[in-house]
Amino acid sequence: MYPFTYSRATDVADAVRDKAGHDGSAYVGGGTNLIDLMKMNVEQPAHLVNVAKLPLSKIEDLPNGGLRLGATATNSDTAWNEQVKARYPVLNQAILAGASPQLRNAATNGGNLMQRTRCYYFYDIATPCNKREPGSGCSAIGGFNRVCGILGTSEACIATHPSDMCVALAALAPTVRVSGPHGERSIAFEDFHRLPGDQPELDNTLTEGELITSLDLPEKGFAKHFAYLKLRDRHSYAFALVSVAVGLEMDGDTITEARLALGGVAHKPWRDQSAEQLLKGQPATAETFGRVAAHVVANAVGRGSNDFKIELARRAIVRALKQAAEGQQVAGDVYLGGQ
Amino acid sequence: MSQLLTSAPASGGLPAPVPTSPVRLTINGQTQTLQLAPWTSLLDALREYAHLTGTKKGCDHGQCGACTVLVNGRRINSCLTLAVMHEDDDITTIEGLGTPDNLSPLQQAFVDHDAFQCGYCTPGQICSAQGLLNEGRAHSEAEIKELMSGNLCRCGAYVGILDAVKEVVDSEGRQEK
Ligand SMILES: Cc1cc2nc3c(=O)[nH]c(=O)nc-3n(C[C@H](O)[C@H](O)[C@H](O)COP(=O)(O)OP(=O)(O)OC[C@H]3O[C@@H](n4cnc5c(N)ncnc54)[C@H](O)[C@@H]3O)c2cc1C
Ligand code: SF4
Ligand code: FES
Ligand code: FES
Repeated sequence: MYPFTYSRATDVADAVRDKAGHDGSAYVGGGTNLIDLMKMNVEQPAHLVNVAKLPLSKIEDLPNGGLRLGATATNSDTAWNEQVKARYPVLNQAILAGASPQLRNAATNGGNLMQRTRCYYFYDIATPCNKREPGSGCSAIGGFNRVCGILGTSEACIATHPSDMCVALAALAPTVRVSGPHGERSIAFEDFHRLPGDQPELDNTLTEGELITSLDLPEKGFAKHFAYLKLRDRHSYAFALVSVAVGLEMDGDTITEARLALGGVAHKPWRDQSAEQLLKGQPATAETFGRVAAHVVANAVGRGSNDFKIELARRAIVRALKQAAEGQQVAGDVYLGGQ
Repeated sequence: MSQLLTSAPASGGLPAPVPTSPVRLTINGQTQTLQLAPWTSLLDALREYAHLTGTKKGCDHGQCGACTVLVNGRRINSCLTLAVMHEDDDITTIEGLGTPDNLSPLQQAFVDHDAFQCGYCTPGQICSAQGLLNEGRAHSEAEIKELMSGNLCRCGAYVGILDAVKEVVDSEGRQEK
């Protein structure tokens, strides 16, 4: 790697102070994304503030009936938490569909939200990339873009947010609690990640020095009718080409409430609220699912090697909605879906 | 000696000495203090400084599992974590699981089931399988496959690996009953 300095924060205030006191510094959680990027010279913080051992690892009930996921709880502990399994099974399955057991053991919830794109050119410092080096150009447009996005892209960047966990979170709509040099605030999950526009260097709306402290899930968890469907080049240990998180509430065969979010297709976890409205009040039939899926991909744009994602996404949505309506998927200790 | 630990540019064309500091690591039950730079990965600390070369470097990017070790009983990739992040943690490597005269059940099962060819991925496979046993969440073959998917084997010894892990999972399951 390259030289940098290091410290371990003792509490939230200490972490925020320490980061503010060092120019070009970064928080580190599990390190599974940041240290990789540092090895590739994609990111070069001059100072690391270790937040992994801050007392933010609890998962606890909230007075409003929701559940608070601490920012430094590991992805494994979150997925395997009994409350998460019972009340938010779509989150349990999405986390377990991502990365590997070793990585999930190290990865923190805060770090998962903040992980960066897996666009090949972003990782290759010999090539132009607007996200890594604003103004240098986008190599993926006109290049190899199999992993890139089809929805909400811009001419500056077509990268995707690679997280599985965040797709389930988009469907569950928690708030993200953060603490920074100017105090605390809460950000709706929907507003946390952003589209690339002409500033693809910004993945999200955190401001300088802000530390994620927790994710607060609302009470509604769609525990009976849900699905997390992940499609990828191999059955395990690979990023999603397309993934779908669904949560439904049903009255008999009628959908009374719906949540629908996609991964692997956009710069942010892609929740489609207009599709959710289309599902509401409709019978859970193949006809309904097909119409809604077509609506979601109506404005999708392929860039050559990722054209296949449009059809893949359409079919994945139909399948995930069907699985959710039929209540096929269950929470568990392992993700065996999508096979 | 203390001068050696500064990062001031060295004269005479010699590279600047790297700023290291003492890092206390507990590896296989023994606490030792190593003089390490902040950017030394746990993997490099184990291999190059603690001279425990059982843990292997495959990809160095979290993609293969060859570097898997147990930290406080949980498996992680030692290539994507810094040694300085593990003061006060309990680290177990393949050397800590068993010895040639006293193999752990998993090590014995890997031998019995021909679960390797070149052997390069094996320490990571065994540490990962030990982590899997500690977690206690894999029972069926499908579950073991999925929860061992963080370890790649370029020789393709997967059939033997699965058999070996399954045997130990089953025998531990029997003992619990
Ligand atoms: C080989 C491989 C395969 C993978 N496959 C998948 C996959 O299939 N699906 C998937 O979803 N993920 C996958 N991942 C990514 C993995 O999930 C992320 O690397 C992990 O979640 C990041 O968490 P971390 O704690 O290690 O983050 P770190 O690497 O520590 O940090 C990542 C970023 O978050 C910032 N940060 C960390 N904590 C906080 C905080 N509390 N507040 C504010 N900022 C913070 C850091 O400054 C850094 O910028 C894979 C990773 C690898 C290496
Ligand atoms: S898609 Fe985004 S991340 Fe990929 S090369 Fe273009 S600008 Fe960079
Ligand atoms: S060397 Fe660490 S995962 Fe490959
Ligand atoms: S035995 Fe050769 S890589 Fe697995």
